[in-house]
Amino acid sequence: MDRRIVDLWVGVFVIFGLLSLVFLAFKVGSSNFISASASYTLIAEFDNIGGLKPKAPVKSAGVVVGRVESVDFDNQSLRAKVQVRVDERYQFPKDSSVSILTSGLLGDQFIGIDPGGDEDNLVDGDRVRITQSAIVLEKVIGQFLYSKTAETDKK
Amino acid sequence: MKIFLILCSFVGRLTVDATWKLGEGTLFLIRVLRSSAATAMRPRLLLDEIHFAGVLSLVIIVVSGLFVGLVLGLQGYETLKRYGSTGAVGTLVALSLVRELGPVVSALLFASRAGSAITAEIGIMKTTEQLTAMEMMGVDPHSRVIAPMFWGGVISMPILSAIFTAMGILGGYLITVVVIGVDSGAFWSQMQASVDFWGDVFNGIIKSCVFGIAVTAIAVFEGYFAHPTAEGVSRAVTRTVVTSALAVLALDFILTAFMFTGA
Repeated sequence: MDRRIVDLWVGVFVIFGLLSLVFLAFKVGSSNFISASASYTLIAEFDNIGGLKPKAPVKSAGVVVGRVESVDFDNQSLRAKVQVRVDERYQFPKDSSVSILTSGLLGDQFIGIDPGGDEDNLVDGDRVRITQSAIVLEKVIGQFLYSKTAETDKK
Repeated sequence: MKIFLILCSFVGRLTVDATWKLGEGTLFLIRVLRSSAATAMRPRLLLDEIHFAGVLSLVIIVVSGLFVGLVLGLQGYETLKRYGSTGAVGTLVALSLVRELGPVVSALLFASRAGSAITAEIGIMKTTEQLTAMEMMGVDPHSRVIAPMFWGGVISMPILSAIFTAMGILGGYLITVVVIGVDSGAFWSQMQASVDFWGDVFNGIIKSCVFGIAVTAIAVFEGYFAHPTAEGVSRAVTRTVVTSALAVLALDFILTAFMFTGA
């Protein structure tokens, strides 16, 4: 076969492949690998993290601003210690609170940041003071049933 | 007693055969790798082989990728509809393609399209004593024929897999968003929220590289060690396809166990 046709087709093939890769990286995957360097870490302690896993999204006002880095059990405080990596483009006041929320009724759990009103912002390595644990469905149902039986007992 | 002896010798023959293939295959692969320097000096040969293994497989890869995506989108939609979360169909299509179906199905197609062709070409060159003739002329067939074929396949495979995955996702988009009418924003945003570049896309690429090496190595090995008869070549081609398919599936299980378990 003519050399130039082979060259042309191999070129088309490779460019097509690279375009697919770019499509997979930017359109399909969250292209957070670019901003991976420009981020800061926050630490939050929870009484109960429910089913929170590493890589779970961190959202504020519904926008993904970071990811959960690691989930550990702290032997000193006997609570769950969660490390969160937040994109440097997003800054939050020092008195912001974090809570563990669930997407949908039975969906995955994620961390929500509610901004506070402080003038200083959280910086790398900061510990978030105000945290709210995950709502465990079994506990809620248990409490509901308990209060129901208490009501019927009164009658 | 006699049956027992026959069984024993059968198992023994299988073991000896397998060991021979493993040892010979490893030595052969090392020899191909050592003759690869000559391939790097002559990129023309490599370009020809990328054309042979990659470009000529493009049609089957694009068409099957598109159809796999269409079917995934359709089936995923039908199932997710019951739970009222049809927006997650993008996640389903993308994750299953990027992690598993893209690398695996394109490797299976690559084995049957390009692997069999590589085996047949080398096998027929051996049968017609072209390889021997090359050695007589002082040309090393390893660096002239086999190493370029090996590298052509190894380079083509990840590219084909990326194209397959991208086409599949486009197919899923076509059927669910354009035809059925799932919300386009939900389709892409839920997909982006759950597909991680390093965790999913990059691991898929690593998978396809491993599959490319395995399939092409099996193909050149079977071709080179084919019996120099018409029947021998046809058997070698069959063995290439069967062995590569099994190798791809087994390797996929091992790689998945390492990549996607834990957390």
